Formats: sequence, structure tokens, C-alpha cells
Amino acid sequence: MTTGDSGVEERSRTSAVAPLLVVDDVTLQYKTAEHLVTATWRVGFEVFAGERFVVLGPSGCGKSTLLKAVAGFMAPVEGAMRLAGRPIQRPGSDRMMVFQEFDQLLPWKTVLGNVTFPLLVNRRMPRAEAKQHARELLAKVNLTRFEHVFPHMLSGGMKQRVAIARALAMEPKVLLMDEPFAALDALTRRKMQEELITLWDEVRFTVIFVTHSIEEALLIGSRILVLSPHPGRVKAELNAHHLGPADLGTPAFEELHRRIHDLLFADRIETELAPETGHV
Amino acid sequence: MSELTIPLAPPVRPERVVHLDTLGAVGDAARPLGPIERLANITMVRRLAVLVVLGTAWEIYARIIANPLLFPSLSDTLEAFWDAAARGPLIDRTLTSLGVLAAGYSIGLALAALFTTIAVSTRVGTDLLSTLTAMFNPLPAIALLPLALLWFGLGAKSLIFVIVHSVLWAVALNTHSGFMSVSPTLRMAGQNCGLSGLSYVILLLVPAAFPSILTGLKIGWAFAWRTLIAAELVFGASSRSGGLGWFIFENRNQLETPSVFAGLLTVILIGLTVESVIFRSIENITVRRWGMQS
Repeated sequence: MTTGDSGVEERSRTSAVAPLLVVDDVTLQYKTAEHLVTATWRVGFEVFAGERFVVLGPSGCGKSTLLKAVAGFMAPVEGAMRLAGRPIQRPGSDRMMVFQEFDQLLPWKTVLGNVTFPLLVNRRMPRAEAKQHARELLAKVNLTRFEHVFPHMLSGGMKQRVAIARALAMEPKVLLMDEPFAALDALTRRKMQEELITLWDEVRFTVIFVTHSIEEALLIGSRILVLSPHPGRVKAELNAHHLGPADLGTPAFEELHRRIHDLLFADRIETELAPETGHV
Repeated sequence: MSELTIPLAPPVRPERVVHLDTLGAVGDAARPLGPIERLANITMVRRLAVLVVLGTAWEIYARIIANPLLFPSLSDTLEAFWDAAARGPLIDRTLTSLGVLAAGYSIGLALAALFTTIAVSTRVGTDLLSTLTAMFNPLPAIALLPLALLWFGLGAKSLIFVIVHSVLWAVALNTHSGFMSVSPTLRMAGQNCGLSGLSYVILLLVPAAFPSILTGLKIGWAFAWRTLIAAELVFGASSRSGGLGWFIFENRNQLETPSVFAGLLTVILIGLTVESVIFRSIENITVRRWGMQS
């Protein structure tokens, strides 16, 4: 796996240029029937083109909410978000999202129809061209044989691969992935993680990947944002560009794993000691 | 016993690794079913079998009581049916009924589409639709017939009015509840793909809620068909070209019981055809194919 070296190259090349995505001290709140919940509190980070940026944290750290805000599904109550210099205001196909749930595919469209759908809705290209483009991406996620199959015939892993192909077909500025492999079985999950890295090596896209698994963060990420829960605040921002699936079990991998584990674990003790400050 | 038992100590056994070469010994992983089993899997075949059994029972019962004035046999009914269809006014009457029905049904659907589109786009619209359906859905359409006769006079207009009433609320209610139950993920995926406004309703909500919409269409059809026949029984006499309801009423007055049965049979046949041919084919090429309904 060459991700280690290329990751270093990527960083040194992009450090001079402006960040692709700027999230500037963003506070996010949403209402439930009874509470006004603060999901994240003044979270700030930058994502550069070509990065595999992982947002890592335990449940309740607002990482999914943060991703939804970047996708444009909710507006921050404080702070600003800019993608390539332009403020994020509404959902758009320049930020394609892959969700955790398998029902993100349109059940009434075939695999090919699902991948061409956003291309046609946005009038990105004529139908024949869109089909051609979609077929190329389906080949990249190894689904060529399934292009005429409806989503309900596919396994969970295949559905997620279709969603990834659909998102990449739009050539988004940034790909947003909200725990896309969390609902898969362990074997499929590992395979998908490796496939995603291979795909990144091939296509070189920018991705923000949300997960609660430290291991997944280390495998996928080139840079890891660690959030603390209730509400989500930045705990650390770490480099993992030197680690890939091939490094699983190496001392460097274990060391970073332990470091992140300690960061998250320390946080849990804090919340347990002072439960009344845990919720807002 | 418990004091004397030795703690379980499973033996350590040799490991085994099998090299799987081909599927030769297993044969095909999937084998086709037998012809009878496949035939029994066709819904149409099973339904037809039920029909044959019911028809036979009818014939036998009618022959036992032997009173064609009160309960004609199946063969008498079929004869009267053939007679009325070939020489009598049955086809004419049926076409009249279906014409009125088609007009009422399509107006009802158009209004339902309008109502639900307003209801999904604004909260006031949702409240309006919920209140209206809650009020009018329990009101039998036929109860509005006297009022309709007052407003529109004797004729097709009154019939269409009551049909619209019977279709509109059932379809609007089901469509709206279908829209409401579209999963948040699918909604977000649709918006993410660039859908908004009317394209969001047409390209995402409608297909995603199609199982509910189809249920609404079926209920609406059943309501409309019953309402129409009932309404025609009430005042078919006064309009120039009566429908099926009038055909039944007319023949009862002349004590042509087999023809009354033939009229009822036509009502049933049309109901069955629409239900198990038209709606079933729509289901087969949509929700079943998409795996949204088994």
C-alpha cells in the first residue's frame, strides 16, 4: 500500500494552498420535542483537497450533526462554514453524502438508475453520457454485473458501494460519509475500508468520514479530528497519513490507537465525575 | 448429583482444513421448482380455482332449492347475462356507468394531488388536509346525493360529485400518510441529489410513497364503484341513459331475477377485473418489482 508516502506528498503539496473547507467555530443546536440540544460547541477545523479527514468521537459528540451541517441540512447558530470560499447555505450536489442507512438508495431505480439519478437531476450531462460515466464508476466499485438490479436484491455492502459510486459520479468537491460501514458485518466492513482506500488511491477525492471506531479512523484517515461528547468540542487533531490497512497491528498503529483511546477515555471520566455539566 | 459431577472438560481435538475445489458434489446451488409448485405460485391460478369452487356451490344450491324467481342458478344467470350483453342494453349501461366513473375518478385524483401537494409544502396545508379528511372521510358519499341532486339536478353531474367525494378523501389521506412515512435518509439523499420543490415531490416523494398511494387508489376505486351503483339505483330512472344500477333496478321491477343477477355479476366482474388485473399489474411493475411490497 502506498498511501503512507502519497499522504506525505499530499500534505507538503497542499500546505501552501488555501483549505478547501473551512469550519469556523461552529455551534450547532437542534430541537427535540422537549429539549434544545447543543450538538457541537465552537468546533473549528480545515480540510484540504485530497485529504481523508476523519471526524471521530463517541456517540453524542455531534459528529453526524456536524456532517449534516456541512451537507447543508442545518444551519449553525454560531460560526461559519465555507467550501472553496463560498458559504454553505443549502444542500447541494457539490457535497455528496453517503449515509449509514441502506435505504439511501432509491428503491424504484436500478443500480445504474441510482448512479445516473443525480447526474440527470442536475443536468450535468445527457442521458447516454451519464450512463457511460455511471458504468465506469460501477466498474470501480466492482458492481458492473449488477447494473440492472434493483437495490432490494443487493446485500448491505453492495448497497453502500452503489451509494459511494453515486456520490463519486457527481465529482463532488468533498465526499461526506456518515458512518457508511457501521451497519455492515465485520468482514464486509474491513473489505469496504480497504476498497475505499484503493478507490482513493485511484481517483483522489476529498472525503470527510465520520466514525466512532478508532481502528476505522486509523485505517481510513489521513487526519483525525477527535471530538468530546455533550456537547461536541474539539479534543485533538491528529495525523494518521502514515498509517494504512497494511499497518494494522504495527507498533505505530497501536501507539496512535492508545493515544486516541486515552483521549476519549479521559473524557468519559470527566463526564462521569460531573454529570450535571454533561448536558446542556 | 451436583457435588459428584466433574467440571466439563472438552477434549482438545485435531484441527481440520478442507480445500474446496468445485461444487461438483453439491450440484447446482439453486434448482428450479416443479411445474405444479410453480403453477400454484401464480396468484391468478389460485384465484380462479376459488372462483370455480364458488360457482359450483352456487349452481348446486340453486338446483336444490329450484326457485328461479328468488334464486336463479349460475347457468340461468350466465344465460341472462349473455342475452343482455348480446341483444339487451347491458353493454350500453355498463359503458355509461364506466364513463361517469372515469370522469369522477380522474377529477377526484386531480383534486387529491392538489390537496396533498399543498399539504406537504406548508404546515397550514397539512392541518387543512388533516381536518378536512377527518371530517369528510367518515361521511358516506351516498349521503350527499340528495344535496347533489339539489345543486346539480338529475344527471351525470350529481353522480360525478358524489364519486369525487368518495375518491378524494381516501386518496388524499393515503397519499399524505405515505409522504409522511418516507424515511428521513431517503429525503436527505433526494435533497442531496439536487431535488427541491415540485421535482422533490414528483421524483422522490411520489415514488417513495407509491405503496400507500396505490392503496389509496384501490380504496378510492372501491368507494367510487359502490357509490356509483348505489346512486344509480336511487335515481337512474330519471336520466335518459341509465347505468348498471338502473339496469338492476329495472329488471327487479319486471321480476327478471336472472337479469338482476346478471347485472350484479357484471358489477362484480368489473370490480374483480379492476382489482386483480389492472391494479395487480400496476403493483407487479412497480412496488413488487422495487421490493417495496411483497
